[in-house]
Amino acid sequence: MSSPAMSSPSLPAAPHAALTEPKGVRVLLIATAIGFLALFLLLPLAVVFAEALSKGLGNYLATFAEPDAQAAIRLTLLVALISVPLNVVFGIAASWAIAKFDFRGRNLLITLIDLPFSVSPVVAGLIYVLIFGSQGVLGPFLQRHGIEIIFAVPGIVLATVFVTFPFVARELIPLMQDQGTTDEEAALTLGASPWRVFLTVTLPNIKWALLYGVLLCNARAMGEFGAVSVVSGRIRGLTNTMPLHVEILYNEYNYVAAFGIASLLALLALVTLAGKTFLEWRHADALAGRGAH
Amino acid sequence: MSGAAALGLPVRAASRRRFRRPSAMPGFRLTFGFAVAYLSLIVLIPLAVLLLRASALGPSGLWDLVTDSRNLAALKTSFGLSLAAAAIDAVFGLLIAWVLTRYTFPGRRLIDALVDLPFALPTAVAGICLATLYSGNGWLGAPLEALGLKVAYTPLGILVALVFVGLPFCVRTVQPLIAEIDRSSEEAAAILGASRARALATVILPPLIPAVLTGFALAFARAVGEYGSVIFVAGNLPYVSEIAPLLIVIKLEEFNYTGATAIAAVMLLMSFGALLAINLIQDFSRRRFGHV
Repeated sequence: MSSPAMSSPSLPAAPHAALTEPKGVRVLLIATAIGFLALFLLLPLAVVFAEALSKGLGNYLATFAEPDAQAAIRLTLLVALISVPLNVVFGIAASWAIAKFDFRGRNLLITLIDLPFSVSPVVAGLIYVLIFGSQGVLGPFLQRHGIEIIFAVPGIVLATVFVTFPFVARELIPLMQDQGTTDEEAALTLGASPWRVFLTVTLPNIKWALLYGVLLCNARAMGEFGAVSVVSGRIRGLTNTMPLHVEILYNEYNYVAAFGIASLLALLALVTLAGKTFLEWRHADALAGRGAH
Repeated sequence: MSGAAALGLPVRAASRRRFRRPSAMPGFRLTFGFAVAYLSLIVLIPLAVLLLRASALGPSGLWDLVTDSRNLAALKTSFGLSLAAAAIDAVFGLLIAWVLTRYTFPGRRLIDALVDLPFALPTAVAGICLATLYSGNGWLGAPLEALGLKVAYTPLGILVALVFVGLPFCVRTVQPLIAEIDRSSEEAAAILGASRARALATVILPPLIPAVLTGFALAFARAVGEYGSVIFVAGNLPYVSEIAPLLIVIKLEEFNYTGATAIAAVMLLMSFGALLAINLIQDFSRRRFGHV
């Protein structure tokens, strides 16, 4: 235990004894918090790597040589590569309209953008089945024209776009609201074109928050399971993303392979957390509205 | 915020009746139009289709489907366990947020970063890890079963998974408020002779309650819809450990779109209810304490 004098930067000074809890209570609370987090967060994370490597490094690496595993990795990358940029464009457009202008229904729009976070992933998949599936609203039309959306890649992309919808917008909106419009107005007055104002004034102001949103958006896009499993049909080598492939391998009792693919996803999560923590630490002033997701 | 106000131009009273305040900034039509069109196509229209399909069943048809004994059991399991998990998260979330903000100890930053793991770790990965951890021969399952407590493939397993996914909400909503507490009220309480326990109970904790409730509602909303991390550890026995989202998937696999739609509509309405509750709490908090 460090002495009270070595308090963190967030504490202005060493608190007086009457302004903090007795040392025994402090130690007990810290131990409870660490114990709870170790039990609920750290142990499950440790299981991934322990199980993936349980039959040796050779077997672990062989997992990734499987054609089905490689197809799942490729599909996951493809889906993220389409859905993340789509939500970046939307996030920038929405936050520009919301933060730089004052119009009626602005708060309603913000609430609606957050809506996908309170919809179950399974329901997110279901809504697209109800529209594009064989019994769906557009089902007969799509069948006549031979267009496949459900049980194909477009459905997976749609479901992924839905569940990752708010990530970029919600990072940018509070930041751009704080920044206001004076910088842009100055640039406009000096004769810059709107596009140039965006590229040279707005974008540098929001780049770290944008990166932060992209990190979180990408992690969810690559890891989404529920929504994607409803629309994918789980056709091996064709519509199987990495999380779905983990499920299939696990249900076949192929634990080394299941945890092998899972270990890649866990690494992605750790890299995301590291990047997120770095941005919060190094560029805290360039991120606004830090809150829960 | 608005261009006119920022430039010091008078904002005419008539502008209140307009859709948008005049501004020197370009690009409103393009960005607003694109954002609304994209939002409608991806989110609003598909959700409306679901609600329309559910309402086409009529109130009695919907009621019959929802109160079918297996559906009702699944909804009860989902809502009951989600409430319990959110309550556990609210208590430990407050404790963890307090410890991370107020105390210094080695590894604090690392642990702070770790709190977001459930946001970042794909749910299927969390699911197979929890199932392995708590199964009969798992690291935790073996000692617990020696004590006569089965966790994996029981409702208790579902609870563990829901606690896992909800925890970050409860820590992250409370943490910024604890950091911003005005220490002078604590000092005043101490100077006026209140014990530390009394100061905590009467001065420090009450303003945190709205944030704790917001975290609770967010964790609850997330838990009700959670699928990936639960199905591996749940056992999925009808009437015992079957959650509502899984039942939607089962109905879809049987091509029973109507049944799936009915359950989904109920879940959707419940999560809108949670969203509304969150907004009401935050409104109250803004008026009562001047912060969110």
